[in-house]
Amino acid sequence: MIHIEAVYKKFRRLQVLENISARFTAGQVIALIGPNGSGKTTLIKSILGMVRPDKGTIRVKDHLVTGNPDYRQFIGYMPQIGRYPDNMKVGQLFEMMKKIRGIESVDIDLLTRFEIEKIYEKPMRTLSGGTRQKVSAALAFLFDPPILILDEPTAGLDPLSSEILKEKIIQEKKKNKLILITSHVLSDLEELTSHIMYLQEGKLQFIKDLETLQEETGEIKLSKAIAKLMRGQETSSAWIDQLFAVEQNKENPQ
Amino acid sequence: MKKILTFFCLIISLGLFAGQIVVGTAAPVKSLRKAIEMARPGDTIRLQAGLYKEGSLVISKPLTLLGENNPVLDGESKYEILLISGRDITVRGITFRNSGYSAMNDFASIKLVDCTNITLEKNTILNAYFAIHISNSVNAIVRYNRIFGIPASEQLTGNGIHLWKSNHAVIENNQVEGHRDGIYFEFVTASTISNNLSQKNIRYGLHFMFSNDDTYRNNTFRNNGAGVAVMYSKKVRMEKNHFEENWGASAYGILLKDITDSYIRQNQFVKNTVGIHMEGSSRIEIRENQFKNNGWALKVQASCDDNFFHHNNFTGNSFDIGTNGTLVLNKFEKNYWDKYEGYDMNKDGIGDIPYHPVSMYSMIVEENPTTLILFRSFMVSLLDKAEKAIPSLTPENLYDNQPMMKMLSL
Amino acid sequence: MLKLSRYVLYDILRNKIIIAYTLFLLLVSLSMFRMEENGSKAMLSLLNIVLIVLPLVSLVFTTIHYYNSYEFIELMLSQPLSRTRILLSEYAGVCVSLLSSFWIGVGVPVILYAPDATGFALLFTGTSLTVVFTSIAFLAAVRSRDKARGIGFALLLWFYFALIYDGLVLLTLFAFSDYPMEKFTLLLSALNPIDLGRIYIMLKMDISALMGYTGALYKDFFGSGSGVLFTAGIMALWGIVPLWLALRSFKRKDM
Repeated sequence: MIHIEAVYKKFRRLQVLENISARFTAGQVIALIGPNGSGKTTLIKSILGMVRPDKGTIRVKDHLVTGNPDYRQFIGYMPQIGRYPDNMKVGQLFEMMKKIRGIESVDIDLLTRFEIEKIYEKPMRTLSGGTRQKVSAALAFLFDPPILILDEPTAGLDPLSSEILKEKIIQEKKKNKLILITSHVLSDLEELTSHIMYLQEGKLQFIKDLETLQEETGEIKLSKAIAKLMRGQETSSAWIDQLFAVEQNKENPQ
Repeated sequence: MKKILTFFCLIISLGLFAGQIVVGTAAPVKSLRKAIEMARPGDTIRLQAGLYKEGSLVISKPLTLLGENNPVLDGESKYEILLISGRDITVRGITFRNSGYSAMNDFASIKLVDCTNITLEKNTILNAYFAIHISNSVNAIVRYNRIFGIPASEQLTGNGIHLWKSNHAVIENNQVEGHRDGIYFEFVTASTISNNLSQKNIRYGLHFMFSNDDTYRNNTFRNNGAGVAVMYSKKVRMEKNHFEENWGASAYGILLKDITDSYIRQNQFVKNTVGIHMEGSSRIEIRENQFKNNGWALKVQASCDDNFFHHNNFTGNSFDIGTNGTLVLNKFEKNYWDKYEGYDMNKDGIGDIPYHPVSMYSMIVEENPTTLILFRSFMVSLLDKAEKAIPSLTPENLYDNQPMMKMLSL
Repeated sequence: MLKLSRYVLYDILRNKIIIAYTLFLLLVSLSMFRMEENGSKAMLSLLNIVLIVLPLVSLVFTTIHYYNSYEFIELMLSQPLSRTRILLSEYAGVCVSLLSSFWIGVGVPVILYAPDATGFALLFTGTSLTVVFTSIAFLAAVRSRDKARGIGFALLLWFYFALIYDGLVLLTLFAFSDYPMEKFTLLLSALNPIDLGRIYIMLKMDISALMGYTGALYKDFFGSGSGVLFTAGIMALWGIVPLWLALRSFKRKDM
């Protein structure tokens, strides 16, 4: 569904994406991971057409992302930080989105479970960060798009909502959708992903399905598997150590 | 039958109105020239409706020439239509048109030379070089005439009502348009100009020189090329006139040049480039006038002294006063200035701090007229504000010490 | 297009700054007309509001709004909407709300108290300047990624158009006072929308002064049919060209 071919992107002197090629198909849940500044967000933005690659092409369902913006109707996007016009009411946001898409909402599952309809009359500026995340999530799933792009979806959500969202993602995965997730919390991804795509300094380090990864490293835990893999390649970074430490702490709370 | 009727008419008219001669196409006398010859002093000639082309006519004896139903005397663009020289002559109700043009003589539709007690009234003068030209005359009365010229260049167009070296003239209720100067006075004394409308003339609505002890009152001078010029005269009273829409690089409501001991009272100066432009003038009292929406209400050159401006209203003028120097010998008092921003603590209707009517920018524009394009810009208001705080360019002693808080009802 | 700008407009009309701006204009206009005995002085004060405050508010408000809407614009970009449509919707929303402030705050009082040629010239200029400076602000905002820099740049532009430019013109006129500068000055005025609007109002307010000196040339030019077309045309260019450049820049921009 998404074909990325030899994409390069430079911001001033910094090479943010370097020769990235990948193919994502329906039914995959791809975890896009890598340290800060590794190019994850740039890649997502490139797929959404917000960033124009210097070289290479990206196709979504055979549509070039640099062309007609209509392909974006196949994508539900949940940004890392959702900020909305201060005085717009929640209800109006949903109303506007429906008008833009020209269709009625199809999937109101999250809308109901997050109880968003109750706050329809509230202006956006009065919402907490977590509530705004819920709104963003509900919007991404609203039109039942075949592709979902979720940028740090669980960040800022309370555990309960986080669980709801995860359940929802798994549910969508079963519907044979393509889901692209970035997250710092690897344990979250573990239950969801089918593939891991690892970026570092703009380069694609690897893209592997979960089974292969576990086989190669002999580790079941995603975090450990990745850490091991990174060690093996001797391109370890402070980031992965830190991540590893966090994961271990979680396992042994004392 | 017709002949008998005419005969009867003649008998009756001769019988009833002794000393009357009727001139007309159907009358016994068909030529005005002949009638003037025939007439005895004191007779009345009644000129009936019709078109008369009789070249130049001369009246030199006491006569009354009356037009009935608007007869027309046509000069065929060659002749001076009527020359009057004598006393006790009246010309009324006749249309004069197409008098000739001469570069040598001031050809006129009606010319008065060496006259006494002449009345010209209710005549219409069209397409003349000079319309009415009066010289060396006493007691000329010119009233209710309507004069319309076809304006050409200043050289090819004469004045509407032109007086030279006369006295005790009365010019009233006339309308003059499309001439060089609407009304022209040179060496005319003890005369009155009132209730006239002089507009759309090429040069001045009123041009006034070397003429002392005259009054002009209740006239309207509108949209003339250069407004009104009053020069080299003494003891002139200018009252209740309207000076309107005299626009141009050298157009003035009134241009005063070398005028002394005069009064300018209760006039309206509206929408003129300059309301009053004064140079070399002294001892003029300027009071109770309205200066409204003029470019400059007053331009007082440094050559003026001892003039007194009081109880005038200054509203909506782009600049209140412009001047070319810093020496000021004139007095301003109790005027209303709409730009005044002072206060009145003791509530006596008079502002407690003086008003300086010359703005910094008016000095700049005086020096470099092109900068007018920047007028009303933020920068210019900042300059003016700065100047108010620390005066440097503007004349310090030009101020109204007792500015009125409210507009005067005039 | 209307779909989106409707909501942008709805949002901005509830914005506290816009409400305060409207009330400020209304209060100033009404008190001017009520306090001053003659309308011409009130018009003069309003002229300064229109020439100075309007561009400033348009520039600063638009720039701040753009940066505050950055994430929202990103979200819109993830929707099946073209970039042109998104930016034009934002522009229309901001522009219409600023215009409504102006028309409520100044337009209504002027129509009530001074519905004459000068009044309508003032409204024309105010409307034009709002449109023009919103457009310029969009260019400034789209071009600079950093909020502080964008607002700083907008303020600089305001300072330049409202003050510096006229100062430079004045210096030029004095430096070349021996030469006939009238035509050149005419050209200079076209290069600053504030000057253009100011001269247009001056033609009604100070017609008498303009008729004197070289002013007659300005009057003949701006007062004639082709002059009015010229003024309107240049104003339109000042509105369109910066917006067009902003669009061009926005289309190529990486968010």
